[in-house]
Amino acid sequence: MSSISKATRQLRILNGCKNSLPNVRFFSDYSLPRQPISSAATNSSPNIAKTLDQLNMNVVPSSLKHTELAKFSVIADTWWDPEGPFKPLHIINSTRLAFIRSTLCRHFRKDSYCARPFEGLNIVDVGCGGGILSEPLARMGATVTGIDAVEKNIKIARLHAGLDPETSNIEYCYTTAEKLVEEQRKFDAVIASEVIEHVADPAEFCKSLAALTVTDGATVISTINHSMRAYATAIVAAEYILHWVPKGTHQWSSFLTPEELVLILQRASIDVKEMAGFVYNPLTGRWSLSDDISVNFIAFGTKSSQQ
Amino acid sequence: MNRVIARRIYVNISGLRVIRKSFCSDAAAKVSGANCDPPSTESEVKQSFINNDHQYDVAIVGGGMVGMALACSLASTPLTKHLNVAIIDSNPALGKLDSIKKEDPPDPRVSTVTPATISFFKDVGAWQYVEQHRHAYFDKMQVWDYTGFGYTRYNARDVNKEVLGCVVENKVLHRSLLLRMQNTDFRKTIYPSRLTSMALLPSSSPVNADGTSSTTSLFTRGRLAKLELSDGNSLYAKLVVGADGGKSRVRELAGFKTTGWSYSQNAIICTIEHANENHCAWQRFLPAGPIALLPIGDNFSNIVWTMNPKEASDCKLMNEDDFVKTVNHALDYGYGPHPKSSSLGSADMWSWLQGDATISAREHFEVPPKVIKLASERMVFPLSLKHANDYVSKRVVLIGDAAHTVHPLAGQGVNLGFGDASTVSKIIAEGIAVGADIGEVSLLRKYEAERKPANIVMMAVLDGFQKAYSVDFGPLNILRAAAFNSAQYISPLKRSIISYASGEQRLPLPLPLFSVISGFGESKRLEVTTCYILGRLKF
Ligand SMILES: Cc1cc2nc3c(=O)[nH]c(=O)nc-3n(C[C@H](O)[C@H](O)[C@H](O)COP(=O)(O)OP(=O)(O)OC[C@H]3O[C@@H](n4cnc5c(N)ncnc54)[C@H](O)[C@@H]3O)c2cc1C
Ligand SMILES: C[S@@+](CC[C@H](N)C(=O)[O-])C[C@H]1O[C@@H](n2cnc3c(N)ncnc32)[C@H](O)[C@@H]1O
Repeated sequence: MSSISKATRQLRILNGCKNSLPNVRFFSDYSLPRQPISSAATNSSPNIAKTLDQLNMNVVPSSLKHTELAKFSVIADTWWDPEGPFKPLHIINSTRLAFIRSTLCRHFRKDSYCARPFEGLNIVDVGCGGGILSEPLARMGATVTGIDAVEKNIKIARLHAGLDPETSNIEYCYTTAEKLVEEQRKFDAVIASEVIEHVADPAEFCKSLAALTVTDGATVISTINHSMRAYATAIVAAEYILHWVPKGTHQWSSFLTPEELVLILQRASIDVKEMAGFVYNPLTGRWSLSDDISVNFIAFGTKSSQQ
Repeated sequence: MNRVIARRIYVNISGLRVIRKSFCSDAAAKVSGANCDPPSTESEVKQSFINNDHQYDVAIVGGGMVGMALACSLASTPLTKHLNVAIIDSNPALGKLDSIKKEDPPDPRVSTVTPATISFFKDVGAWQYVEQHRHAYFDKMQVWDYTGFGYTRYNARDVNKEVLGCVVENKVLHRSLLLRMQNTDFRKTIYPSRLTSMALLPSSSPVNADGTSSTTSLFTRGRLAKLELSDGNSLYAKLVVGADGGKSRVRELAGFKTTGWSYSQNAIICTIEHANENHCAWQRFLPAGPIALLPIGDNFSNIVWTMNPKEASDCKLMNEDDFVKTVNHALDYGYGPHPKSSSLGSADMWSWLQGDATISAREHFEVPPKVIKLASERMVFPLSLKHANDYVSKRVVLIGDAAHTVHPLAGQGVNLGFGDASTVSKIIAEGIAVGADIGEVSLLRKYEAERKPANIVMMAVLDGFQKAYSVDFGPLNILRAAAFNSAQYISPLKRSIISYASGEQRLPLPLPLFSVISGFGESKRLEVTTCYILGRLKF
């Protein structure tokens, strides 16, 4: 199947369910081993019930997928445990930051031999979680705003960043990209790393990201590829074999292929200029950037014009 | 220079008093006093965070050669030169900057620095200061054996190099690094004190736990290390570097275990004088251990002589004339005859060692220059080997002798330490490039992964070497001599071994200068010994 027709299918389905229930799943033809972690937790944990309540009352933007958010709320305490459920994010952190550093330095003509090359840049980290990516961006000199749709994540992120003077000026907000768009906020760079696979409507989400980006600004998105390799590596390995992340964290149906992402971004007037993959070397236990975008990939694009 | 001390005047009177008091007799105090420009608003904001205590990015415990090398490397790397660094050491040499007099005879403590160390010093801008002091490049080496069966001579030309190494007094290396650091605008604070205790603490700033306090302990623990000093000062750092030598307090406080043993052998070290200048490094294997004669500049050479403890104390106590005679004897006809070329005629037996050896570029055996005078005190050191099982943990990293102590056989110990300093500086820069917290153990592990295998192999070689040569093996001496002869052939293998020995290549075998030159490096037995030793040293 050509990537375009795949993308259209994806877009069609996504558009069709804009107003449907948040926990509706798409692409049910794939027999993904599903762990009903969210519904079970909803019944047993007052925390999640509360989170869902708040989310329902306060903000109902199209990109939110409440079952996804509930999952993150349950494990929020463990954001900064390098061996905890967010281990994969800790592991790929320096690799994705190397990509972000090199693309942003080139685009904004910053000196990449300096310790704080992002000095003077306003960056928003959309879906920042506990701030694993926001903190290094701040240390690299950026003025960082971190937003997340789970209030608990924001609390943890604030608390953690407050412990280091280099990160204590990060502005963390419990809000969504759509809300920021409403507030007409603009950023030099908009980053959403490992978030798009958790949102209800990737196309709408990308439009919001674009709307937050200044003209000629940058948008960086990283996510898991929708392919067999990605399925095998990301889901099976991370969730089932390595027990890195709780089962049910990822739904294969929510992953995009790189082509789909490029298309969606293009429609939101973001031109993808660079893309790289993360490859894992089991011998050294390290991740590195490569041209292989079959498992995880990161894309850098620039906003062509005001929408 | 010393900007941080100046700023603290406004925010931390008591801390400053301590630092200044201890410096008031020397040049550094004047420098810090003269630089008291009003604090910028930015620094005031930062200071309010720091509270009453001193907070740093890196605290280097131990300002010896290796600790200072790290400081210099951080100071001269674009990505790390902004770091706020504390150096803790009560050694008065860190406060003094009076010049080393060229007229004084050289100190008996010297190091044979490899070309790799020289280029590291050049990179950090410290080699120019070494060149202003006494130092001795050498381009030739001769290694031979008391049995008279073998000898080998190495020439820098064999590896298309100008020099094989350089012998420099430890105090010159140390002073050069210090001078270099003083001439950068690096933000450093020197604490003339000693580390007494260390703990991983949440933070020096109060934490406002807002409802999620139950979770704070999960991750606030260990954001900074707190160091307490013998003078009552305390400071905080994101990363603590243990560069505090063989008896490392950091290693002890961090709970790192060590593996090691001592040999029932001592080394006697001293400076001697010749009638003319020496340009060659010499080493002769005697029944009880090797004697090395290293050029150190002018008409001086350094002696490192390994022997059993009884002999060593005799040598230390005998009168100077007798000692000079004993040394000359040991370097000439003592214990056995001069080796004759091709005396063994065993080329067939040893051809397997030589790889595709073709040419025999034989140089003639020479007798080392006579010693005419003892020019320093005689120092005796026990030989021992010690290796830390771990080099890193959260916010702690060990470098230099704190991580590995080798006996001073061929003055190699400190080259390993400079390699450590260079690697730690590199991985800190890599971490900063991606905005990492520089005390994260995942980052520090990269250093351990890079240095530990290299250091272990070097130690194993030194150990195997020491064992093989410290005992008079009888028939084995012939094998040893044969190895010398085989090494005399210029083979590609020999060439690559010299470049490993000179620190240019890291693996497979970063062989030490002298063990290699002995020809031992080319023998298959080495691998066996290495494997044996690797089993004893825990990875
Ligand atoms: C007796 C002896 C003789 C040697 N002779 C030779 C030789 O001839 N040639 C050669 O190449 N190598 C020799 N070596 C080895 C060589 O000196 C070391 O490899 C080299 O000095 C290692 O440097 P370093 O900076 O790691 O440690 P060191 O040089 O030991 O420096 C450690 C520093 O830490 C400081 N320190 C210690 N404890 C504390 C504390 N608690 N708080 C604060 N500061 C502290 C000390 O004051 C010192 O300045 C010898 C070693 C010894 C012990
Ligand atoms: C896998 S985590 C990635 C966290 C962070 N970006 C990182 O890479 O370290 C996904 C995060 O996205 C958040 N999230 C999911 N959907 C979101 C949405 N529509 N808007 C904002 N945040 C969202 C979740 O709460 C969660 O914290």
